[in-house]
Amino acid sequence: MVTQHNNQQAQRQAAMAVLAHAEAGEIAARLRNFALPPHQDLRAPENGLVMLRGRVGGDGAPFNLGEATVSRAAVRLASGEVGFGYTLGRDGEKARLIALCDALVQSRDFGGLVERDVIAPLREQLMIRRKQAAEETAATKVDFYTMVRGEG
Amino acid sequence: MYVAVKGGERAIENAHRLLANARRGDQSVADITLDQISEQLGLAVDRVMSEGSLYDRELAALAIKQARGDLIEAIFLVRAFRATLPRFGASEPVDTGAMRVQRRVSSTFKDIPGGQILGPTFDYTHRLLDPSLAEGFVPEAPATAEASTAPTPRVTDILGRDGLIEPSPQAEDGAGVGDLTREPLNFPANRDLRLQNLARGDEGFLLAMGYSTQRGYGRNHPFAGEIRFGEVEVEFAAEDVGFAVPLGSIELTECQMVNQFKGSATEAPCFTRGYGLAFGQSERKTMSMALVDRALRARELGEEAIAPAQDEEFVMSHSDNVQATGFVEHLKLPHYVDFQSELGLLRKLRKEFAEANAPDAMKEAAE
Repeated sequence: MVTQHNNQQAQRQAAMAVLAHAEAGEIAARLRNFALPPHQDLRAPENGLVMLRGRVGGDGAPFNLGEATVSRAAVRLASGEVGFGYTLGRDGEKARLIALCDALVQSRDFGGLVERDVIAPLREQLMIRRKQAAEETAATKVDFYTMVRGEG
Repeated sequence: MYVAVKGGERAIENAHRLLANARRGDQSVADITLDQISEQLGLAVDRVMSEGSLYDRELAALAIKQARGDLIEAIFLVRAFRATLPRFGASEPVDTGAMRVQRRVSSTFKDIPGGQILGPTFDYTHRLLDPSLAEGFVPEAPATAEASTAPTPRVTDILGRDGLIEPSPQAEDGAGVGDLTREPLNFPANRDLRLQNLARGDEGFLLAMGYSTQRGYGRNHPFAGEIRFGEVEVEFAAEDVGFAVPLGSIELTECQMVNQFKGSATEAPCFTRGYGLAFGQSERKTMSMALVDRALRARELGEEAIAPAQDEEFVMSHSDNVQATGFVEHLKLPHYVDFQSELGLLRKLRKEFAEANAPDAMKEAAE
């Protein structure tokens, strides 16, 4: 039971990690691929701040670096699943769509579908973008040679 | 002292209308969009986010547009905006070791695991003005190379394995994280508050303070152990969700300064550290911050604190450009009442002076 709970939590986190990087329009377009079950806003989208923390030296005690805007929302499916959406920025519609996806991920009937039609393709796009960026970065890798003074 | 004045409403309204026109400039020239500012003046946006202490590219771009490119005014606007939103809480501390690096250089080791990566940098450019940029220059597509999947550990972590550098201080059990936006600043201040203050501090001020340490005012022999810039993931432990929710990613620059040794009869000598972290690509800022962070540790490291950069009250009280500009610029608001009293006092002093220095004849006559 605990494992099942942990599995679902890991699945929800993995889905959120992809959705937070997508645009609202991209998520909405993917969700049009299937008939959505009835659902309602449990919490209307709301904008606020999250204090972002770093660590002294990168790995020490935490400190407050500065805030970021965050939008959040919650959606409930008629079948009872409650989904939450949190994202950097002020796009309330995106937060609502993430919440809807989070509710669907938890649903027995829609979990597989939302993974296949929404999360997986968005993840693939994200990976392509990251690979491109990583390759462009890799081309600037440099080898410095130390020269003896007076040489060169 | 500033005493409120009344009147001038019409003139103020018209002045703001004139400002709106001056901001827009020649209307036959295209209006600048927020996307253009965010994409093409990205480092200005990064600075406004850092010192405005609010990560939101679009808002920073809007602030820059509204402030006509005056970055301190833009920072002021962003700070005022953040006061209008509720705070949901604090993020999990970001892991800069897991950064997707776009740039990463070390001036201490040439061969570091994961390699030296120049990324998009002004370093090694010739600083010659490029006229082609005035004529719709289209850059060549970036070169690509096979990306390595090897991890890019922090250089300080590598040094730390051999005990050659002091470890980062860990949080004490149950210790909260100081927040100078919530509690008034008291001195002496802990390192968490100092770093928060420096992270939102004015780049120019920190640059000058950092520079002063290099020139001998609080010398601490720095090496840029590592500077890295890239994307890190942000997670927020949302109470309603019950686990750490991924919020997306932010761009950060981190600087690890490696400084000369400390040691004692009981502790082997090791390098000491200064740390800088800021939003966006902010290298000058994080390098300066790391120099000042190290200088401010003078007391903790048993060094003689004699230079301005080692004086935490001096540094922390003057680093904030919104506070500084508020106090400096308030001088241009009407001070008529205050000035009148000064004027009265001065006239009295001058009269006394004239009487004291009057020719003796007059004095005698007066007697």
